Amino acid sequence: MLWFSLLVLIPLCAVVVTAAEGGWDTFWTTITNGQTAAAIRLTVTAAAVVTVVNVVVGPMIAWVLVRDRFWGKGALELLIDIPFALPTIVAGLVLLSLYGHDSPLGIDVANMPSSVYLAYLFVTLPFVVRMVQPVLEQLELDVEEAAASLGASRFTTFRRIILPSLTPAIAAGAALSFARGVSEYGSLVLLSGNLPFKTEVTSVRILSSVENNNLAGAAAVATVLLVISLLVIVLLDVLQRRVAVRD
Amino acid sequence: MSIEVKGVNKNFGDFVALEDIDLHIPTGRLTALLGPSGGGKSTLLRIIAGLETADTGTVTIEGVEATHLPARKRNVGFVFQHYAAFKHMTVAKNVAFGLEIRKRPKAEVRKRVEELLELVHLSQFAHRLPSQLSGGQRQRMALARALAVEPNVLLLDEPFGALDAKVRKELRDWLRRLHDEVHVTTVLVTHDQEEALEVADQIVVINDGRVEQIGTPDELYDRPANDFVMSFLGPVTTLGGQLVRPHDIDLSDDDKVAGSVPGVITRMVRIGFEVRLHVRTDTDPDVHVTMTRTHARGLETGAKVWLVPTKGALTVPALDSPEPAAAG
Repeated sequence: MLWFSLLVLIPLCAVVVTAAEGGWDTFWTTITNGQTAAAIRLTVTAAAVVTVVNVVVGPMIAWVLVRDRFWGKGALELLIDIPFALPTIVAGLVLLSLYGHDSPLGIDVANMPSSVYLAYLFVTLPFVVRMVQPVLEQLELDVEEAAASLGASRFTTFRRIILPSLTPAIAAGAALSFARGVSEYGSLVLLSGNLPFKTEVTSVRILSSVENNNLAGAAAVATVLLVISLLVIVLLDVLQRRVAVRD
Repeated sequence: MSIEVKGVNKNFGDFVALEDIDLHIPTGRLTALLGPSGGGKSTLLRIIAGLETADTGTVTIEGVEATHLPARKRNVGFVFQHYAAFKHMTVAKNVAFGLEIRKRPKAEVRKRVEELLELVHLSQFAHRLPSQLSGGQRQRMALARALAVEPNVLLLDEPFGALDAKVRKELRDWLRRLHDEVHVTTVLVTHDQEEALEVADQIVVINDGRVEQIGTPDELYDRPANDFVMSFLGPVTTLGGQLVRPHDIDLSDDDKVAGSVPGVITRMVRIGFEVRLHVRTDTDPDVHVTMTRTHARGLETGAKVWLVPTKGALTVPALDSPEPAAAG
């Protein structure tokens, strides 16, 4: 247990220490630098928006997978996991060939901010679905029947009985999906074109800082991301507890 | 005013779950649907509740044609074998659920929940979560929840099936007393003949999707319509081609009684006050005889005895199988 804690904590501390080495001024200049700030803004906004989309769509997909029977369900199950299985740079290649300049679908988002959203959506799709699915499978049908016999409509049953049971799983999936979005690199680096102020995300920004031998700067940006991720996870946890207490 | 079931059929694929069921369940009484697992009794209960739809036939609840009403509009209370507790809600919230969605005033809901928790002896657990209750307590909560909406009928699907024997007996007693207080028309599904005999005013024996017999516990026990009902209501054994209850057999050490069947005691088991004998005869498979310990004094394995049904004892011709599946 201690070993695993150390395994996680040491690199985290190293990042913060490296960031601190440059002193507060360096830290502040780095993160208020226009290009960096724009990258952070894009990353966080995109990750947040994508997480919201996942929170809405994820449980729906899980619901269909658990409750409905249809032809090709097995294939869909497999499809959901593809973003997990694909190496991200391969995912990036796939996205580039599908939505790049030579898009066979006629959708060209290359070098546009929307490409970042698209890549995030692609790689974070499975998180909420896969967190919610087992919980939904565990839900007993007789609980819903009990609600119905007490006079509840389908909607009331969903809102008062099913949704509260799913909330912890949705929150956990959302946290994972947000964290993954913030840290994503491979899948968007090809499609987005990494244009400063437009499509450059923090992970790309960090890499270029490192390439320019600006380790303190890279660590500063990384620290900001770390704090944001931590905040989001704590926020979702608090939200989940609130919901649990309220009912 | 009661529950009327007319001409109900239900198939699951090729499996016939219910065949031409006609049933009258009287108002204010406790009726048990008794039968072996897979016999269709739960399906019938779920059709009455609206949780399942019949292929043909009608259901009328308290004079209202309910065949096509969804469950939520039938005003029935349903209690499930595995409690079906709303796990994220406290006991009080569980009980309040039906009232809250009916948008009753808060004060009224609070008062009614308090009354009900009092009734099921769970007042001190009002703010616990279902997971913090024992099985018996959870089932009492489920009962309070079902009663909260003042249902026309209360339907219980093997409500004590998941509980251990001791709690089951306690709750059975308690349910009967509760019914005497509340007087709501109640239908209880069970495969436990003792439970049905002890609790119900009327018993409906259901087997293979058909009603075998309807009657009071006494009628069923004293005048079973056929060998199935007799063998389902308690242990039976075959003696001289007749089904007879093991405690309705007399033993003697000579052949003076006309029609007595000779045999040899092959096994004696004592269970508390009761002694169970296995007697091998030439004509039947092993005959089972039970008697009190006092009567069994002097008997031993290997002894030769003569068996005859006690005078006036109920016997039914053993039609189908030489060894019917004895329940209980």
